[in-house]
Amino acid sequence: MSEQNKKNAIIRKMGPLLGLLLLGIVLTVLSDRFLTVNNLLNVARQISINAIISVGMTLVILTGGIDLSVGSIVALTGSITAGLLVGGLGIMPAILLGMIVGVLLGLFNGLLITRAEIPPFIATLGTMTVARGLTLVYTDGRPITGMEEAFRYLGGGYIAGIPVPVVIMISIFAIAYLMLKKTRLGRYIYAIGGNEEAARLSGINTKKILLSVYMLGGLLAGISGIIMASRLNSAQPTAGVSFELDAIAAVVLGGTSLSGGVGTIGGTLIGALIIGVLDNGLNLLNVSSFYQQIAKGLVILLAVFLDKKRK
Amino acid sequence: MTPLLMMKGITKSFPGVKALQDVEFSLLPGEVHFLLGENGAGKSTLMKILSGVYAKDAGETWINDQLIDIDSPRTASAHGIGIIHQEMNLVPELTVWENIYLGKEVTDRFGLIKAETMKKQTATLLIQLGSDIDPTAVISSLSIGEQQMVEIAKALSYETKILVMDEPTAALTERETEKLFKIIRQLASNGVGIVYISHRMEELFTLSNRVTVLRDGTYVGTVETQGITFNDLIQMMVGRDITTRFPKEVATVGPEVLRVEGLTSSGNFEDVSFSVHAGEVVGMAGLMGAGRTEIARAIFGADPMEQGAVFLDGQKCNIKSPGDGIRAGIGFITEDRKHQGLILAMSVGENMSLASLGYFSDKGFINDQKESGMIADHIKRLKIRTPDATQLVKNLSGGNQQKVVIGKWLATYPKVLIMDEPTRGVDVGAKAEIYHIMNMLTAAGVGILMISSELPEVLGMSDRILVLHRGKIAAQMSVGDATQEKIMGYAAGGE
Repeated sequence: MSEQNKKNAIIRKMGPLLGLLLLGIVLTVLSDRFLTVNNLLNVARQISINAIISVGMTLVILTGGIDLSVGSIVALTGSITAGLLVGGLGIMPAILLGMIVGVLLGLFNGLLITRAEIPPFIATLGTMTVARGLTLVYTDGRPITGMEEAFRYLGGGYIAGIPVPVVIMISIFAIAYLMLKKTRLGRYIYAIGGNEEAARLSGINTKKILLSVYMLGGLLAGISGIIMASRLNSAQPTAGVSFELDAIAAVVLGGTSLSGGVGTIGGTLIGALIIGVLDNGLNLLNVSSFYQQIAKGLVILLAVFLDKKRK
Repeated sequence: MTPLLMMKGITKSFPGVKALQDVEFSLLPGEVHFLLGENGAGKSTLMKILSGVYAKDAGETWINDQLIDIDSPRTASAHGIGIIHQEMNLVPELTVWENIYLGKEVTDRFGLIKAETMKKQTATLLIQLGSDIDPTAVISSLSIGEQQMVEIAKALSYETKILVMDEPTAALTERETEKLFKIIRQLASNGVGIVYISHRMEELFTLSNRVTVLRDGTYVGTVETQGITFNDLIQMMVGRDITTRFPKEVATVGPEVLRVEGLTSSGNFEDVSFSVHAGEVVGMAGLMGAGRTEIARAIFGADPMEQGAVFLDGQKCNIKSPGDGIRAGIGFITEDRKHQGLILAMSVGENMSLASLGYFSDKGFINDQKESGMIADHIKRLKIRTPDATQLVKNLSGGNQQKVVIGKWLATYPKVLIMDEPTRGVDVGAKAEIYHIMNMLTAAGVGILMISSELPEVLGMSDRILVLHRGKIAAQMSVGDATQEKIMGYAAGGE
């Protein structure tokens, strides 16, 4: 790699990280409760649901697509898993079925996009509405509660002092990182996002790859939905509203290009952390949640603006 | 005579490359001035500096004896500089007049556009150019030649005194080219200075008054066209002699590797049958739209066909996708490198291994060592000029990009390589290198199907020639029996 290229690549990678560190330093100065093990673990747990969804969103956006249905998938998978548990099904089968529902919705997205050739924005917008409707039908519009106690471990338990959702999140990031860096699937995802026709003419089965990517997106949204139901000890039919926007924000904050082909999974983790730390910090500083929204929006715009300027 | 334009000491660097070093250039009113150099020599960069697309690092630009600071395309056009890019810059969904007046619409005092005025002025402009294009036609309904005409009209609509044309004939038919030359001469006689970039040496001798040669971003010299020879220019460009334009080496022709029978796709081609043998170059000639590219795409599996069979080594293959084509042993170098051949945001290496990752992977995981071994090997063998394999492919010159595409296909070990316009937009030096690569391949027993619109290339590099006319094979001949006139005759539908 030429020197200048290397520098650009480093800036591209380091920019979001520097932003995160800066934010951390400011909050450490402003609040003595920020830089504590407990608080940081808390942040990690809070971001885990968005971060897991964002992994799927990263893959989708790298191919040049978008997935607006993830929030609704969170609600539907959470509800179905909770409903099955209340109905007496064992924990493992209920979780597995919830994940399968996520995969099936992703498959539905993928088929709409690759077979019916509907643009991803529209296809997943449709799925978003359908899945939300299915959730309301399934739950009859009411929260589902009364799952067995052991189910709470998934969202509320600890492994060696680390919250279970955080362990799951880290594992998923590690797998996604390896997948993008070391496997053919990863390389093909970048290639399709860079130039789909050239990828197809290089012998890549682009439809199959796209289908897999949307299925992975659905699976990861499903896992998040199940964790969330466990954490809240109830499944809300209105859960996950606007989660797709948080996920897209994390991906973009992490430096991934919305037009596809360029980006990293590590960046997405940093993007999710920036959103989480910001929320947490503003909470610690007793800023009203109304103002938090404004701050979050402005940070996203600033980050994208800085990224554009660098190019 | 005062020069229209003087550029002195122009220097420009890009990340990792010195694109221009102390380059000079001058243009007289009424002259056609060729800018010549290999890909990567800095021609396009120089013209982008002139037209305000890039900022120079050092140097001066004088227009009519005035020192000018061209800091944007807008300043450039205000000083009468017009540029017609290699890639068309028209909006396909808009009409001719809308394109010509894009960004400088004529409006009345309420800010509403005066369509009739602009249509009329467009018509006048086009008539001056001797063209009968309808000003209200939508761009996408026009042929490439007509679109080019609109580009010229657009450039002239700005009181252009300096007109830069970058490879204007690359996509034109012979007739359209002739028409373009007429217009260029007419413009020159009106005092417009024309900078002309082309790799077609024939055009240089028919059209130009002077030639400026660049090599590796430096200024080699400016000479009068009269009295200069082809070989002199080549020597200036590459700094060495290229003894023959087409260094064809006839390889031992082996058994048949590819046979197609009765290929049909209605509206594109009909009942096409031919074969390619190991070590043989079969040239496919024909006019644009004769169905050559469509046939290649169907054989490779990129497009479906209605009827017909494809045999590799005598075995019938059911090819339904490019993946099937590659597994059967076919490689396909497309005519459009940027949109179909390369992933511009990826590195040289990643592009090169894209079609052959299967060889370098185990259970889906890529073996870095094997992969980078292949890449390093091909960069060396194909003499690809790149700082290293991780360089983004978009930073390479056209000729080197084309070699990356060739490398991608060599890595799949094809039995048959289809090369669609393999040297389009590639300079003479890189052309010769590509021809040498073809020799190397045929010597190794690969069969090549070469589609080319340049008849000298077809005659210079083929062993056998197929001529297509309206989707059908009009004639087959060995290269010894072929002449340019004969091929053109069949291609145009004669006997």
